[in-house]
Amino acid sequence: MTSSPMINQQDGAEPVANTSLPLWKQDGAEPFLRIENVTKKFGEFTAVDNISLDIYKNELFCLLGGSGSGKSTLLRMLAGFEAPTSGRILIDGVDMAGIQPWKRPVNMMFQSYALFPHLSVEENVAFGLKREGVARSEVKQRVAQMLDMVQLGHLGKRKPHQLSGGQRQRVALARSLVKRPKLLLLDEPLGALDKKLREETQFELINIQEELGVTFVVVTHDQEEAMTLATRIGVMNHGVIVQTAEPHDVYEYPNSRFVAEFIGSVNLFEGKVVEDEPDFVRIKSKEAGGHLYVNHGISCAPNQKVHVALRPEKIRIGKTNPGQKENCIKGIVEEIAYMGSLSVFRVRLESGKEVRVTQPNFARDMGERLTWNDEVFLSWDVDSSVVLTA
Amino acid sequence: MSIQTGSAWVDGSGSRLAKYNFLRSINWGRFAVLAVPSVWLAIFFFIPFLVVFKISLSETAIAVPPYTSLLEWDLEEAYVNLKINLGNYLFLFEDTFYLDAYLSSVKIASISTFLTLIVAFPIAYLIARSSPSRRALLLSLVILPFWTSFLLRVYAWMGFLKKNGLVNETLLGLGIIDQPLTMLQTDFAVYIGIVYTYLPFMVLPLYSALEKMDMTLLEAAEDLGAKPAISFFLITVPMALPGIIAGCLLVFIPAVGEFVIPALLGGSDTLMIGRVLWDEFFLNRDWPMASAVAIVMLIVLVLPIMLIRNSQGKEEAV
Repeated sequence: MTSSPMINQQDGAEPVANTSLPLWKQDGAEPFLRIENVTKKFGEFTAVDNISLDIYKNELFCLLGGSGSGKSTLLRMLAGFEAPTSGRILIDGVDMAGIQPWKRPVNMMFQSYALFPHLSVEENVAFGLKREGVARSEVKQRVAQMLDMVQLGHLGKRKPHQLSGGQRQRVALARSLVKRPKLLLLDEPLGALDKKLREETQFELINIQEELGVTFVVVTHDQEEAMTLATRIGVMNHGVIVQTAEPHDVYEYPNSRFVAEFIGSVNLFEGKVVEDEPDFVRIKSKEAGGHLYVNHGISCAPNQKVHVALRPEKIRIGKTNPGQKENCIKGIVEEIAYMGSLSVFRVRLESGKEVRVTQPNFARDMGERLTWNDEVFLSWDVDSSVVLTA
Repeated sequence: MSIQTGSAWVDGSGSRLAKYNFLRSINWGRFAVLAVPSVWLAIFFFIPFLVVFKISLSETAIAVPPYTSLLEWDLEEAYVNLKINLGNYLFLFEDTFYLDAYLSSVKIASISTFLTLIVAFPIAYLIARSSPSRRALLLSLVILPFWTSFLLRVYAWMGFLKKNGLVNETLLGLGIIDQPLTMLQTDFAVYIGIVYTYLPFMVLPLYSALEKMDMTLLEAAEDLGAKPAISFFLITVPMALPGIIAGCLLVFIPAVGEFVIPALLGGSDTLMIGRVLWDEFFLNRDWPMASAVAIVMLIVLVLPIMLIRNSQGKEEAV
């Protein structure tokens, strides 16, 4: 595991001077946004539970979680719409306590876009600049520039209700960026768009973020969106951040069953640790019908109940025994779903456990075609699975 | 307005279904829905209006009814005599008394409409922002005064405002004033009466406009650097504008012609056209003059309203 939540970056052993590393991996790097032990309670209900998080300059940080996980509440506290019950929020070193939303160096793009229906596109984008008292000629120029960037230069005179969903989304983005905020908060920015438009806009967002050098904090419930957009992801559940890591690490090295199941699909085998060495563990699993061998050590009590997580695409499937000593189990194909680029198999093990396997369809015609009720061997490499203690 | 859209619809479908029988192309259900209010308005508004208009063109006479008829004929002599008297209208403009009464009515109605708006806005805003379960209760409280007769409520205000009324007694008792204030029979009392009486007509349309407003718009405005006071004027007021216009019309129109409130609460110098009309009709028994006053009042009221509605309709169509 490369990083785990709430590791204090400043507590590293020796400062590393390697500047090519991302900021969050450099020891002693100054966070741009610091969330310190922030808790938010609504009456008896704790929406955000003692969260500490550092976000660095130019990051595109995704807060990922289901509904009611507290991600939106955290975002609203950054914008200043809610005050933390306890804890501190520092933006660029300044404590935000008591600073009203209209005074923060932060802008937000709302999930509903919240475009002013009585104002034209241009007036919507100009709204923030006018409040700042920017000269009229500069307002005009900056609004035009911003609308060109989001490719809406020709629609400046329209009212929001005359635009399509995708166009409205871009007006909202332009409006929140035109004041050149240090920190941009995006609440489900792509939620209201259809799938194709969403993919296009994702890359546009990344381009804009890199071009302007603004720090983005994105709230989303869509794991795919988080994976493509983010430099780092904070997975939230019940008001706490369960794991903070880069997209790759969140997927490959989840630190808990919740993260493994929330992001992508996963096969979980319950078992007991029988051998626990520094560089490998052996786990006895009734569900898997034997021993599972994982080539990384874990810290756990002997005989502790653990789960081995195995992604469906990391499993090989075949009728012939691969002759592998470790991590090879037998099962019967119960269902096949051909999805074009890949096939999904549901294999029933002898223990009754169901395993999901996905295989890319390399060739148009695979020599050895699997059908229902075939007896198959499932095998995977020793470094393909992860042991989860939580 | 509704009749216009109705006919436009009939035209549209008529051309589309041209090959069908015309009678079949009419949506009879829709026709009936539009016909009922149309007939109602024709019988109880348009025909009486024509009658009043006819009377306004006649002369007073000591007779029953107390005016001359426009048409005189004698079949034996074979003549028909149409006599139209425009003197009443001319007199309206010659005697500044009537003009003053119109202007004073419009002034009193404008000021009290504005005051009603100021009082009603916070009430409507509060109701729109309260929880749905409390909204029903608060709205019913707004409508509650209608359960008592309007006349009784105005009399109650007389009790409050008179020399030895509740307000003066309280202020004297608290030592805030040492002489009772003259409030009854002043314009002040008329304003209070109108604001009090017409408040629900302002609160309800304002509420319905504010209730539809998306609260995140205010957050967005604040996020973009607008202080709450500024976002109120730049966002909330424009969003409530349809309600403001509807409420102001609902208060202004009846307030201009108001008779009971100035008669009971106002003084002898409170000049309002409703009272002039009453006096003309019942004291002078000059029906033609009273009718002319009424017709002009209607035109003075209807024209600006039609202009407002027209411009609104155009804006919505854009």
